Amino acid sequence: MEDLSKLSLVEQINGLKLKKFSSMELTEFYLNKIDQEKVLNSFISLNENALTEAKKSDEKIAKNKNSSLEGIPIAHKDIFCIKDQKTTCGSKMLENFISPYSSTVYEKLSNSGTVNLGKTNMDEFAMGSSNETSFFGSVLNPIDPERVPGGSSGGSASAVAANLCSFATGTDTGGSIRQPAAFCGITGIKPTYGRVSRWGMIAFASSLDQGGIFAKNALDAALALENIAGFDEKDSTSINKKVPPFFDQAKLKDKEHIVGIPKNIIEDIKDEKVKNNFYESIDILKKSGVKVKEIDLKNIQYSLPVYYVIAPAECSANLSRYDGVRFGHRCDNPKDLDDLYERSRAEGFGEEVKKRILIGTYCLSAGYYDAYYLKAQKIRNLIKQSFMDAFKEVTSIMMPTCANVSFKLNSIQNPVEMYEQDIYTIPANLAGLPAISIPSGKINKLPLGIQFIGNYLEEGNLLNLSNKFQQNSDFHNE
Amino acid sequence: MNNTWESVIGLEVHVQLSTESKIFSNAPTKFGQTQNSQASLVDLGLPGVLPVLNEKTIEMAIKFGCAINANISSKAIFARKNYFYPDLPKGYQISQLDDPIVGEGKISIEIDNEEKFIGITRAHLEEDAGKSLHDKYENLSAIDLNRAGTPLLEIVSEPDLRSAKEAVAYLKKIHSIITFLEISDGNMSQGSMRCDANVSIRKYGDKEFGNRTELKNINSFRFVEKAIDYEIARQIEIIENGGSIYQETRLYDANKNETRSMRSKEHANDYRYFPDPDLIPITISKEKIQEIEKSLPELPEQKIVRFIKDYKISEYESKNLNASRELSNFFEKVAKKISSPDLAAKWILGDLMAILNKNNSEIQDSKISSEDMINLLCKIEEGSLSGPGAKKIIELCWSSNESIDNLIKKEGLDEVKGEDEILKIISRILEDNPKQHEQYLNGKDKLFGFFVGQVMKETKGSADPKLVNKLLNKKLKQ
Repeated sequence: MEDLSKLSLVEQINGLKLKKFSSMELTEFYLNKIDQEKVLNSFISLNENALTEAKKSDEKIAKNKNSSLEGIPIAHKDIFCIKDQKTTCGSKMLENFISPYSSTVYEKLSNSGTVNLGKTNMDEFAMGSSNETSFFGSVLNPIDPERVPGGSSGGSASAVAANLCSFATGTDTGGSIRQPAAFCGITGIKPTYGRVSRWGMIAFASSLDQGGIFAKNALDAALALENIAGFDEKDSTSINKKVPPFFDQAKLKDKEHIVGIPKNIIEDIKDEKVKNNFYESIDILKKSGVKVKEIDLKNIQYSLPVYYVIAPAECSANLSRYDGVRFGHRCDNPKDLDDLYERSRAEGFGEEVKKRILIGTYCLSAGYYDAYYLKAQKIRNLIKQSFMDAFKEVTSIMMPTCANVSFKLNSIQNPVEMYEQDIYTIPANLAGLPAISIPSGKINKLPLGIQFIGNYLEEGNLLNLSNKFQQNSDFHNE
Repeated sequence: MNNTWESVIGLEVHVQLSTESKIFSNAPTKFGQTQNSQASLVDLGLPGVLPVLNEKTIEMAIKFGCAINANISSKAIFARKNYFYPDLPKGYQISQLDDPIVGEGKISIEIDNEEKFIGITRAHLEEDAGKSLHDKYENLSAIDLNRAGTPLLEIVSEPDLRSAKEAVAYLKKIHSIITFLEISDGNMSQGSMRCDANVSIRKYGDKEFGNRTELKNINSFRFVEKAIDYEIARQIEIIENGGSIYQETRLYDANKNETRSMRSKEHANDYRYFPDPDLIPITISKEKIQEIEKSLPELPEQKIVRFIKDYKISEYESKNLNASRELSNFFEKVAKKISSPDLAAKWILGDLMAILNKNNSEIQDSKISSEDMINLLCKIEEGSLSGPGAKKIIELCWSSNESIDNLIKKEGLDEVKGEDEILKIISRILEDNPKQHEQYLNGKDKLFGFFVGQVMKETKGSADPKLVNKLLNKKLKQ
């Protein structure tokens, strides 16, 4: 039998439709693979009902009642609540939390006919860039098991890269989809803030969090994204706009692109190999008929400090509900109320989460609010404005996804060095813009990614550009 | 109460808005249901849930703002107020800090027949917390989240009140406004209106305010007066004995009629307010405000004037009848159906109020309906029922379930009686008591009462005393 996991999503859908193989076969294939690759630690939990779901899909396919992604086995980042299943968010705090409801992203993909293989590993509460903060252990990069897959959606990235699922969901607050996609040599898209509902997606920083997709290539990502995007009345920040056919848009042949190159940022790339790769990528674009234009993106250099005020501030409030009272970890024999709070939270949260709660609490405290939070919000608006100015001249902006390739496990000890992992990805979150990372080559066998940032609601444009790049390169198949 | 000290009082009134569902979830707001049966996923603060604003609350807040001629903000922003408490599921309360929906306004109160204006600083929307039950289970605290998420309008006054009496008048005025506007049921015993009082004292003539204490948890008009009076006396005593008042929060204990310290300023919470990223700012158009202003129901002040004009009742009566929307509506229903509405005012404010007060009831719980009242008053007007007879029926009607007409029959009050019949009775009485008749004619005027009594006895009190007097006078002197 051929290696079904190497087929693209589109090929799998066709194979199922033409009954070349069944969803049961495909699902079993993946389950076996997951079992063989256990060492990667990509999954926190597996769905015991995966084969039952696959069987139902096969019955629907037999009756020609299949939905758009019928029978496709996928994996969900363990940040998406699924009814009656464990949803841990990578934390001891929620080690035994069984959600009484499902997230919109899960519901939508379930309604599209996907088979849920299980929940993927992640940095605790999505706070991290290496997947090393997970309570459930580090995830290995399938390209080089001594290295990290990136984070926070490290489990999803490693699962897609190791062909343990057809595609996977992820979330991106400061780069948590794009950076791991780059480290693992796959395609990852974070849509416009508000494009994908946050209902049931456990909050880290509400104004930055956005759900998205890991896939083998831009076309697969387009098809998957079509199935999770859309207005949701349960999320007040959800955008009430019709979702265009991303897949069709991605395939359009004559779409014109003017790609902006922020020269101030590119000139500052420290690693020459990364810089060279970036220029080689520009050449590939040019060869495929894409126009390129140098631009100036102002204030982008402040993105990292702004992010590390706003994200911790929001997380400090978002994580207050984990108090040991109603759900989640609760300490043994609390003496009194304060003891219950203090020990439950001290025991339930890991170091990185505690660090960020403390930073956030500090930034919001009386006397510091104006200097930190309010100032950060002002600069955030300036960054947004810089992008808006740029989009008057160009249709998308190209940047590296990350300043480096994947690093070895436990090799980064300095937190600021770790935070700098997201230096190129954070600006899109601050502005709420859609962004995609696609493979652009390798340094010493380790993948590199480039990133396209688009204007609001222009995911179709980004996917089209990415598809064009992938038609003229082979990095995504390596 | 004291010639040296002037008290300065500001009130924060929490009004529960009478929406069907909660402010940020679709759970019902019904009072008195099984514990935690009215709490949705959102009210429980589960991981991944999101708030969605109930637009009705915005309309209700605008209604209140229009009624007190306040500035209505063109945008409303919700903020997170952070603090830990077991009945606060998210660890923050969604409230408003900057840009409250209702800005400065004023409310007039009447104190010793003089009108006084009390400034309103602001009124903002927020969600209520749940309830902690500390004495339900031994050694355990229970939490009921039914109330969590119930919409509240917090109305903050300027420190313009100068006595407990003024505070009560102000509260009663707020009560009448919110009930006339039908934005709250104003039911204090169910907690629909609660109040915190900021109390300080200063020497008459002083410009500076003294240090204030905040009294929490006051939930009836009576307790407001008692709590404030107690606190003023406490502060005077301390200062006159050479002590000082420290800014602190004090809890009013209605059982002991005292206030006691809850927490000092040093231990005051830093609430770390910041805009809630889960809720987008609400924009309020001028058109919307105008539309709501136009549809405002008649307010007490307008009704007082109209009643005097339309029903020819006194100002005193009109004010009393407009003490609550229910009473006002009750009166108007009755007044419209009888030929002399002033009679309705007298009976409702007199005998009906007396029996309501005696039974600790409000007009909405009256066992004598407006139809009953119309029935009684019509009978008085046509002379078929005497005043004392009607009084008796009101009392009987309260204690039995029988209809007015049945009661009148049972009591034999329906037999009376035109002039002719009364004249016949008088003739018979004069014949039966010739001695007394003669004495009366010889100047013993006191015997007139004796004859009235005899007639009333014969008619079982069903005769109109005025008529009896008139006829007796005529007959005795014949």
